[in-house]
Amino acid sequence: MSATTAMEVNAEARRILAVSISKLYASRTQRGGLRLHRSLLLSMVMRSARDIYHSSRECEGPSDAQPTQEEPMDTSSSLEEQTGLPEPVQPEPQPALNSTELPPEEPDSAEEDSDSEITEDKENLSPRRQSRKRRGKVSAAPDFLPSKRARLEPGEERYAAPLGSCRAGAGESLTALSLNRVIPAF
Amino acid sequence: MAGPGGDMQWCFSQVKGAIDDDVAEADIISTVEFNHTGELLATGDKGGRVVIFQQEIENKNQPQFRSEYNVYSTFQSHEPEFDYLKSLEIEEKINKIRWLPQKNAAQFLLSTNDKTIKLWKISERDKRPEGYNLKEEDGRYKDSNTITSLRVPVLIPMDLMVEASPRRVFANAHTYHINSISVNSDNETYLSADDLRINLWHLEITDRSFNIVDIKPANMEELTEVITAAEFHPHQCNTFVYSSSKGTIRLCDMRISALCDKHSKLFEEPEDPSNRSFFSEIISSISDVKFSHNGRYMMTRDYLSVKIWDLNMESRPVETYQVHEYLRSKLCSLYENDCIFDKFECCWNGNDSVVMTGSYNNFFRMFDRSQRRDVTLEASRENSKPMQVLKPRKVCAGGKRKKDEISVDSLDFNKKILHTAWHPQDNIIAVATTNNLYIFQDKVN
Repeated sequence: MSATTAMEVNAEARRILAVSISKLYASRTQRGGLRLHRSLLLSMVMRSARDIYHSSRECEGPSDAQPTQEEPMDTSSSLEEQTGLPEPVQPEPQPALNSTELPPEEPDSAEEDSDSEITEDKENLSPRRQSRKRRGKVSAAPDFLPSKRARLEPGEERYAAPLGSCRAGAGESLTALSLNRVIPAF
Repeated sequence: MAGPGGDMQWCFSQVKGAIDDDVAEADIISTVEFNHTGELLATGDKGGRVVIFQQEIENKNQPQFRSEYNVYSTFQSHEPEFDYLKSLEIEEKINKIRWLPQKNAAQFLLSTNDKTIKLWKISERDKRPEGYNLKEEDGRYKDSNTITSLRVPVLIPMDLMVEASPRRVFANAHTYHINSISVNSDNETYLSADDLRINLWHLEITDRSFNIVDIKPANMEELTEVITAAEFHPHQCNTFVYSSSKGTIRLCDMRISALCDKHSKLFEEPEDPSNRSFFSEIISSISDVKFSHNGRYMMTRDYLSVKIWDLNMESRPVETYQVHEYLRSKLCSLYENDCIFDKFECCWNGNDSVVMTGSYNNFFRMFDRSQRRDVTLEASRENSKPMQVLKPRKVCAGGKRKKDEISVDSLDFNKKILHTAWHPQDNIIAVATTNNLYIFQDKVN
């Protein structure tokens, strides 16, 4: 399993996450209010994408040249989820979920995982992060939502090294986001 | 070429609705339902209106019999409302219409939006009284001093007027969005289902309903599935089923306990691990469940397939039909353009031998259970010459595209057929595209 395919899976998972977040965002303003069914399905996709994202980052962890404060914690938390998870062998995210032991299939274990992640997050959070986490709703608008980023000049690379902390922060805020919190918004 | 049902060939009969491509959102058809005799066909739309068509049956004995459906009644069923407590607008879109079996001269139907169910009485008036003793013709009361004789009003014929009046309003019983209503075979009660709860109503009583299913977890963060559809058994008034977003169907018996949280039967097919993907959960969510007319089977529709279940076997469906399997590799794009959330309905024909459901590109599919044949047909203005036979369509999944085939990438995903209905006795079908209602019938040779 090469780091490139892990990166592609990572990018795909991140893209799906971004798409999902914008859908969730948009659904808050649609007529008739939030649809519980749709929000539930969105959160399930986001959970799967988040888990793939973490597991791919675990794969590219050794080759990742951007160590941040959250990095080790992410690795350890995603290691918990990775019990029985085979490494993805294709760029598409779909085959990566071939493992039937994948936590998102088991809602209970997924709950436990996210709960444990959140617990870990709380332990390791800096005060600044803690204040962000307190909002707890999707409207907190995680940083990696593309629409909120600064406009780039043509030719500028979005995922340049200085934004690395933002990316890791994205992983961090994804877990801290507590996808379960989406539902109690009702 | 013979299609489902033997030598049945489907022909265009009528199309209802505006021709122009610019679709007003209020005109989008959201539900289609024949009544129990098939004489009446009701549609609901996003604007909260109900339009009822009536079949003209004068020419039934003619050899080239064409049953025509003409507008019988149109009324505004639901209006947009505002929930001030939650600062939420309540859409007026009609989610479901269900007819009551006819008991007297009037027709009754239930229509529902996200929050409120209404019982409508549709009655005909073809006579009016004339010659009142105390009133002038325009309705003003006469001066009592001018009345010198007694006369009784006489009923005289008038042009047929169809009146729709709301007889009952069943409100404030659902926190979440109503997705189903189903009239019980006892003709006295009906159920309404939202995402987490199912309520049982009596048709005469509007200020009270009984909660019979409640799957709301104590902690909403633990929510893993929602109710997507529910229906009463056609003959057993104690039995109903509800489907979930996880692809399971639960059959409940109301005699066992007041709260039917424990199912009597759980219908679930184990997932094929090779088909696992990001979107497995979404595509396994059941969008519709329908009992067969004979009450022995039920049909479920998920995103890619139609499944027939024998009520006596919970482990797996007895038949599975792929509606548009070629979309399995496109799930990511369908997720991005929201099509993966489309809720397709399905229906049985009168003798339960053929099932039908919709797809994209204004295609709809029929599966003949006995002859193991299926066909794809298209509802389009191009094929709308009177009695024009519909040509079967074919989608090319990959490889070399043959003549007359359509490639998957050419499909128009904005043209979706979500709602279809089959006449309870005859081979007449109503197929709703975005804002048009197509009526097809089999060719009478």
